[in-house]
Amino acid sequence: MVVETCFSSPRTDAFPAGLCVLVVDDDRTWSKILEKMLKKCFYEVTTCCLAREALNLLRERKDGYDIVISDVNMPDMDGFKLLEHVGLEMDLPVIMMSVDGETRRVMKGVQHGACDYLLKPIRMKELRNIWQHVFRKKIHEVRDIESMEGIEIIHMTRSGSELFDDVHFLGGEDTTSGRKRKDADNKHSDKDLGDPSSTKKARVVWTVDLHQKFVKAVNQIGFDKVGPKKILDLMNVPWLTRENVASHLQKYRLYLSRLQKEGGMKNSCIGMKHSDSSTKDSTAGSGLHNSMNVMQDNMSNGSFSFSVNNSCAPNVDLKGHEGDRKGITSGPMAESRGTFSTNIPDPRKDKSSQISSDHSLGLVDSVVNMASFSSFSWNEIPEIQFKQEDEPLQLDDGFNQQSLPGLQHHMLTEYLQPAVSVSLGPSITEKVATSGGIEVKPRCDKYRSNHITHSCPTEAVGESHTQNNQVFEPISTTSSMKSPDIIPNRLTESEFSPRNLNEGVGVEDLQLCWLQGDCYAMNFGLQGFDCTEFNNPAMIPETPFHLYDEPRWGTRLPQLRFWSRNRRDHTRSALVSLGSGTASRSFGLAMRK
Amino acid sequence: MERNPLRRQLQIMRKSLFDQGYLDEQFVQLEELQDDSNPNFVEEVVTLYYRDSARLILNIEQALERKPYNFHKLDAYMHQFKGSSSSIGAKKVKAESTLFREYCKSGNGEGCMRCFQQLKKEYATLRKKLEAYFQVARQAGPMETACRPK
Repeated sequence: MVVETCFSSPRTDAFPAGLCVLVVDDDRTWSKILEKMLKKCFYEVTTCCLAREALNLLRERKDGYDIVISDVNMPDMDGFKLLEHVGLEMDLPVIMMSVDGETRRVMKGVQHGACDYLLKPIRMKELRNIWQHVFRKKIHEVRDIESMEGIEIIHMTRSGSELFDDVHFLGGEDTTSGRKRKDADNKHSDKDLGDPSSTKKARVVWTVDLHQKFVKAVNQIGFDKVGPKKILDLMNVPWLTRENVASHLQKYRLYLSRLQKEGGMKNSCIGMKHSDSSTKDSTAGSGLHNSMNVMQDNMSNGSFSFSVNNSCAPNVDLKGHEGDRKGITSGPMAESRGTFSTNIPDPRKDKSSQISSDHSLGLVDSVVNMASFSSFSWNEIPEIQFKQEDEPLQLDDGFNQQSLPGLQHHMLTEYLQPAVSVSLGPSITEKVATSGGIEVKPRCDKYRSNHITHSCPTEAVGESHTQNNQVFEPISTTSSMKSPDIIPNRLTESEFSPRNLNEGVGVEDLQLCWLQGDCYAMNFGLQGFDCTEFNNPAMIPETPFHLYDEPRWGTRLPQLRFWSRNRRDHTRSALVSLGSGTASRSFGLAMRK
Repeated sequence: MERNPLRRQLQIMRKSLFDQGYLDEQFVQLEELQDDSNPNFVEEVVTLYYRDSARLILNIEQALERKPYNFHKLDAYMHQFKGSSSSIGAKKVKAESTLFREYCKSGNGEGCMRCFQQLKKEYATLRKKLEAYFQVARQAGPMETACRPK
């Protein structure tokens, strides 16, 4: 678990001793008692009588507190409201207290995000264990960030084709497993698997589409002024509740701050880009998204085995591939992290060969090769086992071993060349090589680069280049990837090792190649992500998918939807279906060439 | 059995408070919190309670003078009072608070009034007893450990 903030401070040595608790209670008697009790637990206590005062204290010292204990009845503000504020702005665990133990109230507390609800009179033993909430949150925070990254990646790669819409099927194990995609255009099916109105307490699944809307709304409002209500209003998703948005915003903030910290990712990029992208085209999504889409298109045939999800990584069976390599995992199959992060393998890990083939292929492969790809290992998507043989190396024929951390690369490249199935066995590689076009720059060592490089499938392989361009054309239009910003930087690096088939394409080129239009989102999208950031599966578009229940990419490739349906069954047929639709567009084009 | 007469007296007083239902487990919790760094912790808390709750009692009283009764408001005040009373383990007082709230919910003004009178009585009685108790406690010196009532 990543221990941050207080955990890393000196006082954490004796954790849970030294835990910083903020007690908010207008009853002075209780404040005094709680203070004493908490001190007995060796926690550091600060008390205040007003909710507003509490918020001020929290804002002043962002990392100054680990947990907040608040009474439900405060004179200046409803305790539940305070709870929400704290959750949103500071994302700290909040414990509610009250003398009233009515189930309804307790339920309300939990609904608003309280991690516990204590009844007064409170016992020492209850307070002794509050550190668990802090600990738990830290763990989840890490996971959420990864997930968020995953989503972001997906967004990025989502270009044009909505191919990846179905990606979620790949990754979406938990939520989507087996769910049939209803309808391609069902972008709004982002919601939970069930429907928003489903009776069971639906847990909102933040599909790529939904997240895009969210990001778009956030950007419209202005990140600083954002608030769940405003976002909700802008998003205009009827079934979404304010609480859903609030908690998602919380995660998003965490995610962004983490990105900032890590420095690599351009947070703004991502965030903004997303919005941009999303605005552009519903399907287009940003970068990742697009690229994914594009790839999808390309991949139309074959097994798109993205199986991004950690778990789900259904081994994408890329049919056609010889062997089933474990697919993605060959490389850095990242541990599929939970939720979001899915399985984006850590591109970095395998910079070379392995990765390339795996990773980049990962998604890309799967996508691209549908047929040939066997191992789609986005990066480390452990799951994604693209059953490929270890072609990764082979891919290297031309591909950079870098292997795009994200599939993106592959995707993009793959798109170009359906044959690119870079990862697939020897045959594949050949194909790749020949097909040129396939960007497959496996070099995924850095996602970034990968993305970028891949994006320019055009460069790849000689004529494929042209083809690619062409191919991309259509894709770009559809995908409208717009994450130019994201990519640009990365591309310039020489990530694109010449080794790639598609080599030669500079980042910029890539961009160009691919998207003649905006498709470049494909890679770019990823870029934005800063692959480095995502060591994880995040890159893999699929990853988040598992979270999503519905085809996010919906509209574009209806056929793709199929994927989600049969996650485990990434068979060619599925891919084929892909091909029929838009997928064939890109893919087909490439093929044509 | 406590040798020191004062201590013994204290023990008897304490026991009776529990036996007669004036105090509950929460009081013991307070005693357990008392330590060398806060040797008079329990007394401080009780004093604080009486000071703050006096205001609440006054509010309720005033609210009961205005007819028709605003039950919602009365309930809110009493909710606060109940919370406060729970902090020192004032068992009887707490019980009366709960009853008062029930009357509020059912809109029984008469019941509220009667209940409140009873509540004030219990509140005053407890205060006297605790004051006497602390007086002896101060004289007796620090107790070793809190012991649970039988």
